[in-house]
Amino acid sequence: MTAIQAVFLQLVQIGLVLAAAPLLTGWVRWVKARLVGRRGPSVLQPYRDLLRLLRKEVVLAHNASWLFRSVPYLMFAALWLAAALVPTFTTQLALAPTADLIALIALLGLARFYLALAGMDVGTSFGGIGASREMMIAAFAEPAMLMVVFSVAILVRTTSLAEIAVTMTDGVGLRVSLALALISLLMVAIAENARIPVDNPATHLELTMVHEAMVLEYSGRHLALIEAAAMMKLLLYVSLIACVFVPWGIALPGSSGAAALGGLITFAAKLAAGGVALAVFETWIAKMRVFRVGEFLGGALLLSLLGAIFLYVSRGV
Amino acid sequence: MFLVAAAAGVALRRLSHAPLLVYGVTGAVCSLLVLWAVLRLAGGAGVEQAVLPLGLPWMAAHLRVDALSAVFLLVVNLAGATACLFGWGYDRAHAAHGHGGDQGPVLPVFPLFLAGMNLVPVADDAFVFLVSWEFMSLASWLLVLATHREEETPRAARLYLIMASFGTVCLLLVFGLLAGAHGDYSFDAIRAQPPAPWAAGLAVVLVMVGAGSKAGLVPLHVWLPLAHPAAPSHVSALMSGVMTKIAVYAMIRVLFDLVGEPAWWWGGLLLAAGALTAVMGVLYALMQDDLKRLLAYSTVENIGAIVIALGLALVFKAGHTPVIAALALSAALLHVINHSLFKSLLFYGAGAVLSATGTRDLNRLGGLIHAMPTTAFLVLVGCTAIAALPPLNGFVGEWLLFQAILNAPALPEWELKIGIAVVGAALALSTALAGACFVRLFGTAFLGRPRSPEAAGAHDVGSAMRLGMTVPAVLCVLIGVLPTPLLRLFEPAIRLMVEAGPFDDRAYQPWFWLAPTSAIGNSYNGLVMLVVIAGLGIVLVAGIHRWASARVRRSIPWGCGFTDPDPAALSQYSASSFAQPIRRAFGTTVFAARDLVEMPEPGDTRPARLTVSWRDPAWEWVFVPVVRSVERLADWLNGLQFLTIRRYLMLMFFALVTLLAIVAVVQR
Repeated sequence: MTAIQAVFLQLVQIGLVLAAAPLLTGWVRWVKARLVGRRGPSVLQPYRDLLRLLRKEVVLAHNASWLFRSVPYLMFAALWLAAALVPTFTTQLALAPTADLIALIALLGLARFYLALAGMDVGTSFGGIGASREMMIAAFAEPAMLMVVFSVAILVRTTSLAEIAVTMTDGVGLRVSLALALISLLMVAIAENARIPVDNPATHLELTMVHEAMVLEYSGRHLALIEAAAMMKLLLYVSLIACVFVPWGIALPGSSGAAALGGLITFAAKLAAGGVALAVFETWIAKMRVFRVGEFLGGALLLSLLGAIFLYVSRGV
Repeated sequence: MFLVAAAAGVALRRLSHAPLLVYGVTGAVCSLLVLWAVLRLAGGAGVEQAVLPLGLPWMAAHLRVDALSAVFLLVVNLAGATACLFGWGYDRAHAAHGHGGDQGPVLPVFPLFLAGMNLVPVADDAFVFLVSWEFMSLASWLLVLATHREEETPRAARLYLIMASFGTVCLLLVFGLLAGAHGDYSFDAIRAQPPAPWAAGLAVVLVMVGAGSKAGLVPLHVWLPLAHPAAPSHVSALMSGVMTKIAVYAMIRVLFDLVGEPAWWWGGLLLAAGALTAVMGVLYALMQDDLKRLLAYSTVENIGAIVIALGLALVFKAGHTPVIAALALSAALLHVINHSLFKSLLFYGAGAVLSATGTRDLNRLGGLIHAMPTTAFLVLVGCTAIAALPPLNGFVGEWLLFQAILNAPALPEWELKIGIAVVGAALALSTALAGACFVRLFGTAFLGRPRSPEAAGAHDVGSAMRLGMTVPAVLCVLIGVLPTPLLRLFEPAIRLMVEAGPFDDRAYQPWFWLAPTSAIGNSYNGLVMLVVIAGLGIVLVAGIHRWASARVRRSIPWGCGFTDPDPAALSQYSASSFAQPIRRAFGTTVFAARDLVEMPEPGDTRPARLTVSWRDPAWEWVFVPVVRSVERLADWLNGLQFLTIRRYLMLMFFALVTLLAIVAVVQR
């Protein structure tokens, strides 16, 4: 692998996550509509929504500060980088050694920290309610995710995503701990992406909103960025779960350009499957009360901790 | 030559009417000492010893500077220099409009406090160590008393004095145990003759209690959130950012240097105490509405993280994997300097807010980002750093610590493996909660609408104070993107303590890349991360401004039809309401927190009322029983005052017989 090739593949990846994120969201919405018997909008609808938002004017509150105006850019850039760090179709990414899974989680934390601050900038109740609930959810979700990393790292001896994908492709066998880690990570992903049953991305009922309440004051191009960033985050979690638990198909180090193409096709298949699974799950389950979220994610935290402890017991590592 | 700072302090007592001179000279001495410490470390940091003919008649005062002392001298004086800068500005602001308490009593004691903190790391025998330790404690106690006119200060100062004496007594016993029967109290003699295992174990427990009470380990932390905020802000910054680090120094010196070969359960003890401290500290911080008290509790949390790192280093040292021990110890030292930087930055920020508005109640602040843009920006940097977010320095320490935790499978004891997994979860929880805590701090103090006329009428602080905040903020960013040179600088100290460096077995080591040795091979690069985020951000801004609409309209925000004429802006989220979900999720069990809503009947015009109540488990379970039993004991012993002379003589006789019997048994 040459350095130029890695840079090229990295640039492709940066473009790919940007282009594919709205498609995934459109796909989930379309499948959900089908499942409840509606025809549903085209899968391209999110692109149109974003373009329309970009063309609209921004309405700012009188007391909105520079923080409010710059957070959408910062948050989008952070999530964009995070999505570009997760191997999707190839592990040969120039930026791969920059950040491991722990740094990736912290990068997501950076985006959330600033978005929560922006929610509090104007000083309306909605921004505050959203920010405080989002931070409560994160207080459970982040340690759960780090514990998942812990189990995986004990097993494959690295937290670098590219190397995890390589080791997992070789196969580490079926393990109870991995199953627990997967369940925990799925629960975290649902919570972090504001999906049912933790939050409802389609709601506008004040008392149940979390993420939507936090970004209520945003409009125009700022809102477009925030929505696109949320789509990017969904893509990131799907590709993260795919990279760690079903890495097969990803182009490994030393492989040819054809392998990268194959990686692209399998990645598309994984996204589609992940989207269908999410849509089915969301249609099947009801939203829970905000204060049940603590129990839900506390469960995720305990599951992932249990996964790590199981590893010691079962393998004697 | 190490007494320069102290001499300067003593000399300047007489010039207390000239703050510029005091702060200027002290700051210059601190800056010189910083430079000197950096040069020593860069030059490989050999050991330099001096014996002064001072102190006890049969024992001269031993002083010694090795790499570990140099690291801590760097931390102390770096914060000391910025504190002088900020303190001078604070003093001038106070002279101009009278907020922030009387500064007069601060001036003579401030250099003495710094001198005390400089002396502890260079002490090379137990006597000098304890004297400088007590010197530092008393000087800071006087500084706390500088605000004696405020209501809470006397109680805080009294509690602080009790806890400080208690800590010193514990350390006295530690050195007694270490020196053993031969009674040579110089550190060299202690090193040459390691104590028996039982004595070493007892000394470890006592040093955890003694230095831990100064550092703020739960449940010995109770004095800290009362005493630290009571002092003027730049002194709070030093107490929280630096004095707790001197306690960490005492722990490192005793645990890694003096007691000899460690046993694994020592580290286990530290890990458990650190995990408890980290989680409880941040939960306490989330419940506070007082800006400075919140910061003090956050210090408790960070000390927890440092103690976890020390515990890891100790268990890996005991498990004969010195390279991983070096990794954990470098995480500890990095966090020591990181915390001293961002905690002093945040305390300066709190001081700036206090001097601009006269209040430190979060529920009376708000909207300061408009009135104090520079302070707001610098505090935002501090909040990002302390919340352990990349690419700033807090995250680097956290990352190294997690790398060390991930090496737990290398240990032989299964108790430790599982225990470290739990400690890792606790650390992750405390980090996530710290994020919430600092969103709450910045969001309520600096964002939103002003909640009081004072907050609405604030102005940004003077240039000395802003410069005092800028220096640590810049260093936070710099260490965040380029941590490796600093870790290289600390390497002699780490090598001295665990006989290995954090980069020993990794071949690929450019200076801008962080890739320490670890069974879990990986790397982190904050510089690349910062550059890429900036690059993507520029692409984004350029793209948006090229193709999207650039129109902006200002309007009033939608408040569900309720346009708020109230200047106090009470309809927005307050600090208490922000904490409510977390209080409900965690506080009901830990603090027995209750939200009591009193809703009048329909038609009744009384206002509804919400009462939040919570209890402090440390007081309830530890201190109240202790105080009660001390009082009972005192009552009981009181009877001894009113005996007849016959009985006194009898008591003396029996005491003598008992002692003789003990001596006879021990001699045999």
